[in-house]
Amino acid sequence: MRTFEATGGDNAQKVPVRVVVVQGEERPPVDVTDEPMVMTFPHLLVRELIAFLALSLVLILLSLFANAPLEEIANPTRTPNPAKAPWYFLGLQELLHYYPPLVSGVIMPGFLIVALVIIPYAKINLERRPLVEQKRSGMLLILWGVIAALSLIFYFTGSEPVWPFIGTLLLVGVGMTLGATSTSKNPMLVWLRSRSLPFWIFSWFLLAATVLTLIGVFFRGPGWRFILPWRDGIYY
Amino acid sequence: MRDLLRRATDNRFFRSIVRHGFPDSNRNRSLVVFSNFFMHIHPTKVRLRAIEFARTLYLGGLSAGCFFILVVTGVLLMFYYRPSVPQGYHDMKDLQFTVSVGMFLRNLHRWTAHTMVAFVMAHMAVTFFRGAYRPPREFNWVLGVFLLVMTILLSYTGYLLPWDQLAYWAVTVGTNMAESVPVVGSKVKLLMLGGHTINESALIRFYVLHCVVLPLLMVLGISVHIWRVRKDGGIHLPPVDGDKT
Repeated sequence: MRTFEATGGDNAQKVPVRVVVVQGEERPPVDVTDEPMVMTFPHLLVRELIAFLALSLVLILLSLFANAPLEEIANPTRTPNPAKAPWYFLGLQELLHYYPPLVSGVIMPGFLIVALVIIPYAKINLERRPLVEQKRSGMLLILWGVIAALSLIFYFTGSEPVWPFIGTLLLVGVGMTLGATSTSKNPMLVWLRSRSLPFWIFSWFLLAATVLTLIGVFFRGPGWRFILPWRDGIYY
Repeated sequence: MRDLLRRATDNRFFRSIVRHGFPDSNRNRSLVVFSNFFMHIHPTKVRLRAIEFARTLYLGGLSAGCFFILVVTGVLLMFYYRPSVPQGYHDMKDLQFTVSVGMFLRNLHRWTAHTMVAFVMAHMAVTFFRGAYRPPREFNWVLGVFLLVMTILLSYTGYLLPWDQLAYWAVTVGTNMAESVPVVGSKVKLLMLGGHTINESALIRFYVLHCVVLPLLMVLGISVHIWRVRKDGGIHLPPVDGDKT
């Protein structure tokens, strides 16, 4: 077997002599398939056009009928009560109610960003094996042990129990237990059974973030007190 | 109609712009994509499964669509808005009451911005649940996280510009959080605001970030993101036999 050495050289016509591309698992899947293919023009481009036009239509209609808010001119001496951040930060602002700013404004979002970035580099996220397949003895015990421990942490460490975390955690725990224990052929349960641990963790994060944001938007009034929007109105 | 189009495109002037013939053959249809600067982000053929709406909900494309609308409306708004105190606020009032379709322009910019934040988040969730971050697409996922942060920063910096009570105090909540970062917190806040409180120097900083720096980073990020989709073998598709998540 001949070996080739990659060398430099000033004459680009002569060097490199051969280009060998062997990249193992990095190779994008370009295998020939026999599944249906269509021409990008018109099939994909028409879909893109329709999607963009539909988006524009919805946004234009919304903009015709709903006006963007404009309050009085900014006044640094008069703090509105409550002062709320944009909706996508209200989950964080809601957390601020339970934890000091260092935890809720820096450590938790920082942890979140790092966790998101490393997702594709963790083996567990690449395999995504169904929870039931892993057949660990006492898996449910470990599962509920972890859930109980986390719940206790969220119950006692905050200025008051962090129910948005605990509630969603219990919900996800019930889903996992149903999936891991059921043997029924009900399609819903079969679907639950095939879910993996990363699926459940991400779902918990999404649920918790959504609940926190909804509480921040709809259920917080003056002094960040808990309110009922249908009784006290929406402060946003 | 087809004959008319064919006649309009079959002449030397048109052929100097678009070099291929009328796209009624698959060869010319390939060339529509392959030989066009704006279309070359696409392959000439795609798998039917890859373009199903239910697979991706088109959220990535729709986010890019939102960004396009935001650039257009944003540039138009820049003609009417001066980033100073209190002129900025008065310009908002002018947009509302004296500029033709000014209110509509501002509405469209604002609602599209909120929509884009929501779409980018949803795009990330769908990408996760589909397992589309798997190799060779790991780095494109990381780029996606970067683009999510950019989107939120763009929306956040734009929030201050109307200079009304809502803008001022919403941004105050955020900058107070930045202050709680250990060691560098107060320095970061000073850097963001150009002072110890939100005033005109904060407004001009947010304005420049919102209108120049972040959009440029965004365009760069989106370009690399889309380019990587092609380089990594198109969008992620599960094996034909099953969808394992």
